[in-house]
Amino acid sequence: MTEQHIKLQQDSLQKETTTLNLGPTHPVTHGVFQNILEMDGERVVGATSTVGYIHRAFEKLAERRPFYQITPLTDRMNYCSSPINNIGWQLTVEKLLGLRVPKRVDYMRVIIMELARISDHLICNSVVGVDSGAYSGFLYLMQYRELIYEIYEEICGSRLTTNIGRIGGFERNFNDTVFRKLDKFLKEYPGVLSEFERLFNRNRIFMDRTIGAGPISAERALNYSFTGPNLRAAGVDYDVRVTQPYCSYEEFDLKIPVGKTGDCYDRFLVRNQEMWESMSLIRQALQKMEKEPSEVFHADAPAYYLAPKPDVYTKMEALIYHFKIIMGEIDAPVGEVYHAVEGANGELGFYLISDGGRTPYRLHFRRPCFIYYQAFPELVHNALLSDAVICLSSLNLIAGELDA
Amino acid sequence: MTETIHSPVEMALTHAHIEERLKEKFPDVVSEFEEPYGMLSFTVPREMNLKVLQFLYEDPELQFRFLTDLTAVHYPDKPGAELAVVYHLHNLVDNVRLRMKLFTDIRTPDVFTACRLFAGANWMERETYDFFGINFVGHPNLKRILNVDEMDYFPMLKQYPLEDQSRKDKDDQMFGRN
Repeated sequence: MTEQHIKLQQDSLQKETTTLNLGPTHPVTHGVFQNILEMDGERVVGATSTVGYIHRAFEKLAERRPFYQITPLTDRMNYCSSPINNIGWQLTVEKLLGLRVPKRVDYMRVIIMELARISDHLICNSVVGVDSGAYSGFLYLMQYRELIYEIYEEICGSRLTTNIGRIGGFERNFNDTVFRKLDKFLKEYPGVLSEFERLFNRNRIFMDRTIGAGPISAERALNYSFTGPNLRAAGVDYDVRVTQPYCSYEEFDLKIPVGKTGDCYDRFLVRNQEMWESMSLIRQALQKMEKEPSEVFHADAPAYYLAPKPDVYTKMEALIYHFKIIMGEIDAPVGEVYHAVEGANGELGFYLISDGGRTPYRLHFRRPCFIYYQAFPELVHNALLSDAVICLSSLNLIAGELDA
Repeated sequence: MTETIHSPVEMALTHAHIEERLKEKFPDVVSEFEEPYGMLSFTVPREMNLKVLQFLYEDPELQFRFLTDLTAVHYPDKPGAELAVVYHLHNLVDNVRLRMKLFTDIRTPDVFTACRLFAGANWMERETYDFFGINFVGHPNLKRILNVDEMDYFPMLKQYPLEDQSRKDKDDQMFGRN
């Protein structure tokens, strides 16, 4: 398929290729990272990726922070779906503490995490559209990310870096507005998403641009430790929600969409299908929630979960626990925990070593983005520059998650 | 596009069996078997890491072919074994995870690279080098990845405290820190 244009010897000091900097501030990188491409005309013959432009030393910072203060750090990793990071971290701490949360909290968390997954996939897929020259899909879907953010806002007060929930549950119960907006979302989004799919899935131009662009085989994807939609697009049905269920995911009816070729088109289809699955999970969770006592939104664990403010002012015990939690004086057991959740980009893992002190002795984030981005040079080898651009956006590279 | 329906996968491969296979293949080498929070964990001597990884990868029963995570930990109070390198492996067929550790002294932190077994180990090892200074012998491109190239220390080591120690306006003792 590719003609050899370069006539020079392998080790020649002269060169016929052009070096092209894609990033760190190029619009198509959608984040701060750099690709130094060696181009033979319009064909990519080599790529070197440079990351670290927004490294913020979260692992080091975490070693000086009490557990509950680490939640806002996790926000800033994959900021397109921060609630998954927040809840993943809270689940890790709960696993270390041996804290069990009520079923209703599990279902509330499933709702929030699946909303976050939708908002992440929605951005990724519509941006693939933008980068291939189809802008309108982006505008249709973006309205619904706004609705998702309004739901977050009702629960935690913020939109992008959410810091949602607490160790042991949520900071407040879902109010009527949340349920109303969830209903509105579940009613309207399927129509919008099918319209989006009608615009793209069988669109000749879009198919020509994405089919065969940036493919990876299942074997290579596994060898590169791919996870999430990018691995599933290559045909491997690995999903942490199914293999190591957390938050009662084992009770849910969940289908894993898989692709075949691992190219940009399959990644796009897998993400679209996952949005449908997420909506179904939210519906199931809402149904399950109806059977649970509606006033429960956190575990009954006064030593770990902050008491309501009125109690802190009036009750001695609540005041003591409040002080202890805020000062990070909770008694954490000594131990090593690895806990993984299915983030929007793949397996988001937290490796936590506790020496019984007020802060983690060591905390390591397994960031799916960082791990699969190293395959980029292989994905775009011999591809056209325009394919490399599509490939970047369809991998869903989030600079915050690359760098941590 | 196809879909598969799943129920949680049963564990066919037990921890006891993995332990037995490892002890049979590497007598007196693999040690400290533990199961913290349900994950099988063990330690290997640092020069044996690649042999054990390869065995775990190639053995038709074990099949630990997915490298989930690779990182390091600094224990300044353990003379001669200050640095630990931690591998998290996953057998996706039987759905079993395990954790493999090795310890090395900080003066010659030489550990064989796993790049030839796992392409994904490349950046994970670069990150580990960048923050802890582990020298992965045989790594094709062992240079800093997240920190600036000019940095001349390894910032995740415990001797580099996070906060400016010269500050006098904070009385740490009042806050349970020391």
